[in-house]
Amino acid sequence: MSTNLELPMFTNNSEAELGGRWGMVIDKDLCTGCQACVAACSMENNVPFVGEEDAGYGRSMQWIRIERLWEGLDGDYREVKMTDYQPLMCQQCHNAPCEPVCPVYASVHSMSEDLNLQVYNRCVGTRYCANNCPYQARVFNWRDYADYRETNTADNDPRWSVFQNQLNPDVTVRRRGVMEKCTFCIQRIHQAENQAKAEGREVRDGEFTTACAQACPANAIVFGRIDDPESMVSLAAETSRGSRLHEELRTMPRVTYLAGGA
Amino acid sequence: MTSLAKPLARPHAEEHEDPREHLMHDPLPRGKMNEMVMEAMHETNWKFWVVTGILAVLVATCLGYAWYYLIDKGLGVAGVNMPVFWGIFLVDVVFWIGISHAGTFISAILRVLKVESRRPFTRAAELMTTFGLVQAAISVFMHMGRVWLSYWMAPIPNERMIWPDFHSPLMWDFMAISTYLLCSTMYLFLPLIPDMAMARDRSTGWRKTLYKILGLGFRGTEGEWKNLTTAMNLFAFAIIPVMFSVHTIVSWDFAMASRPGWSSTVFGPYFVIGALHSGMAAVAIVLFLLRSTMKHYKYFIRPEHFDTIGMLMLLVSMAWAYFYFNDYIVPWYGGDVWDKLFQEWAEKGPLWYLWYTMLFCNIVVPWSILWNKKWRRTPWLLASAGILINVGMWLERYIIIPEGLTINRMPFTWRLYIPGVEIALTVGMFALFLLLYMLASRVIPLIPVWEVQEGQEAHLLRKIGKAEIPTLSELE
Repeated sequence: MSTNLELPMFTNNSEAELGGRWGMVIDKDLCTGCQACVAACSMENNVPFVGEEDAGYGRSMQWIRIERLWEGLDGDYREVKMTDYQPLMCQQCHNAPCEPVCPVYASVHSMSEDLNLQVYNRCVGTRYCANNCPYQARVFNWRDYADYRETNTADNDPRWSVFQNQLNPDVTVRRRGVMEKCTFCIQRIHQAENQAKAEGREVRDGEFTTACAQACPANAIVFGRIDDPESMVSLAAETSRGSRLHEELRTMPRVTYLAGGA
Repeated sequence: MTSLAKPLARPHAEEHEDPREHLMHDPLPRGKMNEMVMEAMHETNWKFWVVTGILAVLVATCLGYAWYYLIDKGLGVAGVNMPVFWGIFLVDVVFWIGISHAGTFISAILRVLKVESRRPFTRAAELMTTFGLVQAAISVFMHMGRVWLSYWMAPIPNERMIWPDFHSPLMWDFMAISTYLLCSTMYLFLPLIPDMAMARDRSTGWRKTLYKILGLGFRGTEGEWKNLTTAMNLFAFAIIPVMFSVHTIVSWDFAMASRPGWSSTVFGPYFVIGALHSGMAAVAIVLFLLRSTMKHYKYFIRPEHFDTIGMLMLLVSMAWAYFYFNDYIVPWYGGDVWDKLFQEWAEKGPLWYLWYTMLFCNIVVPWSILWNKKWRRTPWLLASAGILINVGMWLERYIIIPEGLTINRMPFTWRLYIPGVEIALTVGMFALFLLLYMLASRVIPLIPVWEVQEGQEAHLLRKIGKAEIPTLSELE
């Protein structure tokens, strides 16, 4: 009886890495840091406002945030060089660290869309997923922000009814104690897919896009099918300027950042 | 040759003590001892009720009301934020599980190794295990965002066929803690049976009813003792690996995560030793409190017992220092940028003093006090060292959890953690621990009387010529 002494080969499974269904490309050189994507995302996904105090304490619930990073802060700011703005949302990892650590299957992988989804109704709020996310892309409902009575002193403040009326009916309003994060606007994806299915065709590239990409005035965000080599997002991701965040962790993110171009 | 012909001087003659200083060589009649323990349990004075009242108020406000407030308003009233998603709640979980470790360690390991000086304080230590685990479980639930759905973590059959995810270290934790709670409660109960029977025969009224139930009709026949000894032996051996596994699994909550400062392969044994470090120190505090407050307990708990605990504390402190050094030097040498950042953050960041306090309390304090036999045998000194060690161990967990979470791979999100309602809840939990302990001291004998009596029967002072030689006969 012979023993197989062959060592298992850890190959770069580029198919799995480059595969996936939905992807995004963000051009950091184009981004102006205007925060339009942040606002659009909050409108689209019913992301609540947390107020000045909580936002200052790191509790803002933006699903996408504009990271501003500085270099050379030593000395008298002479050497200050501001790097590109970096819009950061859930990277929709293929190999997502947030998924296995959830004890109740609230952080799950959508096999059909190859997206990482959060089941709000299932979440019990252990916040392990957020700790294990290397991108810090997850946000937590520290209070009942969506309930205007909790965040406002005046019960019948008319401003709050405005906010209540603008809620997107396609997206769940989350309550306190629940983790949430960017979904790549899954409601838009499903809408487009349903439409395409009804018309008996595939979803066309550019037929729809996410709220952030739609709102970006500089067209720095491109969203689309990455399993289609001809799509805008695939073409953009294949340039030599592309890189992914913390690739060394082998999370296989679906967001490619472009930087260092002309 | 002439020198050999001389009678050998007794080694350490100047340190020779009266053997009657040892509890085992200072026997009392059984009836008298039972009476003493029953009296300590029955008699309360106004001071006891004042302290109980204060603790009850603290539990009601700091734990009861604050927890209600936390559940009602959401975790926003606590200090947790992004990126510090886990705060003092988890520090407390690890801390209380650590405390609960020493009970079993002392009881089971010393029982297995037949260390005779364990006899009077096993129960006090085991009780600490059970109550410590209660605190740990409470902290877990306080930590959760939607605690009212916490039963989803239990594998309960449901119509949607959703099981908990056993990939998650939190599930392992949940299972480990519940196993440990169950085992340690049974292990606490088994040696309690003969004492319950003893108390049953010496009490009236509701106590009689209670002890009748808890005594399980124990009469002290040969067969009953045999069964009890077998069960206790089985449990003592079986609970040791359980104890090791529990804190290892607690450490995996951190070690399994891919975070700088957390993802460490040495965390398992390091956390076990850390748990023993704080737990031993807690035993010293508890013994000091029992000795100084309970009637007649000065007879049972003597300097020799503090000596034993003190030696264990020193040993564990050295082991802890070794593991800490190991956990420190490997990432340092490895030079990973994030690990290095975390280390520098802990040492030179705005909370540098916590790091130095931790090292002072966990290493300098025990090493400078516990080497001295005389100091080890001074109860208040040992208890003070115990308090400092517990402060140090609490800070160690604080440095790992909230401070470790401050530093992550996205520098834009780095942010300090400022505790909120967690502080009140922590105070409330300490109060609950003390309250449970005080109430238990009224209901169950904190000294395993029968174990002391058993030991005293085995130990004899035999007169050989004019000298009294302490002897120990094999019991089993």
